[in-house]
Amino acid sequence: MFGKLTWDAIPFDEPIPLVTSLVVILAVVGTGIWVWRKGWWPALWHGYITSTDHKKIGIMYIVLALLMLVRGFADAIMMRAQQSLAIGASQGYLPPDHYNQIFSAHGTIMIFFVAMPFVIGFMNFAVPLQLGVRDVAFPTMNNVSFWLTASGALLVNLSLFIGEFARTGWLAFPPLSEKEFSPGVGVDYYLVALQISGVGTLLTGVNFVTTILKTRAPGMSYLRMPVFCWTSLASNLLIIAAFPVLTVTLALLMLDRYLGFHFFTNDGGGNSMLYMNLIWVWGHPEVYILVLPAFGIFSEVAATFSGKPLFGYRSMVFATLAICIISFCVWLHHFFTMGAGANVNAIFGIASMIIGIPTGVKIYNWLFTMYGGRVRFNVPMYYLIGFMLTFVLGGLTGVLLAIPAVDFLVHNSLFLVAHFHHVIIGGVVFAIMAGYTYWFPKAFGFTLDERLGKAIFWCWFIGFHLAFMPLYVLGFWGATRRMQHIPDASWAPWLNVAFFGAAIIGLGIALTVVQLLYSIKTRDQRRDVTGDPWDGRTLEWLTLSPPPHYNFAVLPDVHGEEAYWTRKQTAIKEDRLIDEPNYQPIEMPIDTPTGVICALFASICGFAVIWHIWWLAILGLIGAFAIFVWYAWQDEHEHIIPVDEVRENARERRRIRMEHLHSLSQST
Amino acid sequence: MTASEAPAIGLTHVGSEDTGLGHRGPESKSIVVPYGFWLFVLSDMVLFSALFATYASLAHATDGGPTSNQLFDRNLVAIETMALLLSSFTCGLAMIVAKRGNMKWTLGWLLVTGLLGFVFLFIELYEFASMIGEGAGPQRSAFLSAFFTLVGCHGAHVTVGLLWIGTMMAQIWSKGFREHIMRRLLCLSVFWHALDIIWVAIFTIVYLIGTLP
Amino acid sequence: MTEHDPEKLNVAPGQPHSNILSETVAYVIGLALALVLTGVSFWVASTSALWGPGVAVGLVVLAIAQMGVHLVFFLHITSGPDNTNNVLALAFGVLIVFLVMIGTIWIMGHMNANMAPDPALMNLQMQH
Repeated sequence: MFGKLTWDAIPFDEPIPLVTSLVVILAVVGTGIWVWRKGWWPALWHGYITSTDHKKIGIMYIVLALLMLVRGFADAIMMRAQQSLAIGASQGYLPPDHYNQIFSAHGTIMIFFVAMPFVIGFMNFAVPLQLGVRDVAFPTMNNVSFWLTASGALLVNLSLFIGEFARTGWLAFPPLSEKEFSPGVGVDYYLVALQISGVGTLLTGVNFVTTILKTRAPGMSYLRMPVFCWTSLASNLLIIAAFPVLTVTLALLMLDRYLGFHFFTNDGGGNSMLYMNLIWVWGHPEVYILVLPAFGIFSEVAATFSGKPLFGYRSMVFATLAICIISFCVWLHHFFTMGAGANVNAIFGIASMIIGIPTGVKIYNWLFTMYGGRVRFNVPMYYLIGFMLTFVLGGLTGVLLAIPAVDFLVHNSLFLVAHFHHVIIGGVVFAIMAGYTYWFPKAFGFTLDERLGKAIFWCWFIGFHLAFMPLYVLGFWGATRRMQHIPDASWAPWLNVAFFGAAIIGLGIALTVVQLLYSIKTRDQRRDVTGDPWDGRTLEWLTLSPPPHYNFAVLPDVHGEEAYWTRKQTAIKEDRLIDEPNYQPIEMPIDTPTGVICALFASICGFAVIWHIWWLAILGLIGAFAIFVWYAWQDEHEHIIPVDEVRENARERRRIRMEHLHSLSQST
Repeated sequence: MTASEAPAIGLTHVGSEDTGLGHRGPESKSIVVPYGFWLFVLSDMVLFSALFATYASLAHATDGGPTSNQLFDRNLVAIETMALLLSSFTCGLAMIVAKRGNMKWTLGWLLVTGLLGFVFLFIELYEFASMIGEGAGPQRSAFLSAFFTLVGCHGAHVTVGLLWIGTMMAQIWSKGFREHIMRRLLCLSVFWHALDIIWVAIFTIVYLIGTLP
Repeated sequence: MTEHDPEKLNVAPGQPHSNILSETVAYVIGLALALVLTGVSFWVASTSALWGPGVAVGLVVLAIAQMGVHLVFFLHITSGPDNTNNVLALAFGVLIVFLVMIGTIWIMGHMNANMAPDPALMNLQMQH
């Protein structure tokens, strides 16, 4: 009846997961009750959960990412603590079994459920606004994508309480991840969760490429799009190209595990190296799926806070597209040591080094954007400078690793761990924090506290360097990654420094929560009444903060490369806005519970597959299909916002803008 | 933001005279939806490319079991190919008559398309069943795992296509040739033609090259 | 929506032309070409009249030609200005497909060559 599921699945004898799960369950239930007592459920249901509004969906992605960041960081600090404690005679506090689950969960969560939702959340929030349109191409599908991602995150976290997680590392290499060596449900949790969230991500990719290529404001030709839109385009093209490969790779492993196929097994002619090859065909582009939007965020930040147009806009676009293509030609550098031979290694090594060139172009462009500008040192600018200092170094260790001969020495060591944290924290996380600060006022109508923001930056910056620079040293000395026990006592000081660094990062994350609460509490003093708190240059700053559901009463007509800046300067010079347009009723997509119900069935089906409860799996599939057909059968997918409402809101906005621009033209 | 160019309906306003280069604002839904679907189909092609790569890597890993030369029957494959090719053709004919609002012929051609697809699927299942019966199932060797997965994945797509054709016929019959129904029909035809393109690769690589002497 | 209508410079993929006769003719030509190419493929594969090593290459060429026929006559992907976006997307897709397939085959081929155990060595191990 319940497949492999019994009471033994609940870890009654392991206090750490048990207590954590109980706390999490209590927190979730408590939050639910609190929201219910406040009477916020309807607002939450209609305003967020069933919303097809790209801004709301973007916010939901970022909330999910923040929650998962806490979970992923908890894993990280536990690992650092274990490695600081389990030296020499001591065995630390985590048994190998548990430790292996923690490093697997840390990687999986940080990439799939922190970095991806953050990046996709920013794309959701900003891209339609920057393109000057009202929503993405497929708003309902957007909601479905989000909930499928959330469903994957739910399953991964469920493994904490029911059963176990994979002990195979974040990419679950066979033959270790095959049935023979990992008979438990851990790997199944991993596979199913990633399959479900992978479908969501693929749909996002389709959605955003269509949005960027096919729905833009009048006059917004390709070479007038903000760089963040370009990098989002490249990133989503990579999603479309890479995620099907991930789906296939994981599906093949599932066939091995569930039906006894022989793709990656040791017997039957299977070849586990094929798995490494396929997973890295996805895995390397994935890195650029994350980092390209990060580059886009920094491009926006550089131009805005330097008060001048981005230097070398076209070279930025070409560099982005070059990275997009080359990133698909380098995947073998993740397994130089597997024995493909000198020629193959050399070609992929050279390709890997070449990718540093367009990246270098970008760094120079940001530097020259700052050069001669009136740089304002707000929090996002801190992150930009911190990013350039950190990322260049991380990139250099990457070029080192791209030399096959060097890679043979340091592969699978803490040197590698230090390298990819260097580029992912220094690149992606810094960009995420910059974007969070930059777009927060647009999303909620008030700014985040600047002083705390700078404190958070320093925590990340100092914490990162303390936590990971020692790992380079240890890696050179031969420390391999994923060690549950450290045999060499002389490594202790370095590991302790690393632990201390991680603790400082933890302080930064805690301060992020404090900053959010404090900013909400003092929001009345930090209102963004103008809609343009940073003196921005792109179209999202044209509308109010927070923007109305339909973003723009009339789609803006774009002239020149910096759509909003051009318009603002004209308005300031002439001390008047453009003539009031002829307002029309606006058609917007209606809210729909399709996404959340579909994801619920997907979660049920996934859970059932993990535990071999076949009747429930079939039920879940039928449910998901039924809700899909029900949705397709509906005739009304849009509702009309009456012209009076549009006009009234637009006039209010014009009044506010007029005041703001007037004050600006007075001051200049 | 001039008054004359203000679009009536935001996201998908119908009045845009688009150049595809974004000079005139967002495209109409009749362009946006099939384009999105086209991207999805391309991602499906990438999915198949990974399966082809897997097959190519494992084609000789027979683990002492039967090889492709001993298993495949080219005559059956020729019939399958014919059925799928003709169904692609009739699907195109269905599109032609659907655009002219001819209910009877549209449903007729869709039915023929579905039946040909069913013939294809039936032969494939027969082939699978007889192979498994001979002890050449997917668990036998890596080569057979790859074969069943690649060809089976295409078969699964055909099955989805058949379900879709059925749903589409029901929708056309009950709702007529509305704009969104026509959009879906267009997507369906793109999907069906794409399946035939993938089959060309399968019969060439798996069945013909695989059985060369 | 004819091909050279300046008002509508953009078409969806798979969207056929407007004249019923020319549309049908396009499908018939496509079907005929596809049939011929399929027939040649099956003949090439079974005849012994051709130079062996060239057959596989020939089959791949024929398959690519047939895919092109399907794209042009069934999916109506053309090189016209109305189709730029569709073709660009297709080109990107084809590029990725080739990178994935050729890259994998190349890498796995070299790995197998390097890693395949020497039969003599295997025998030696068996004896111990």
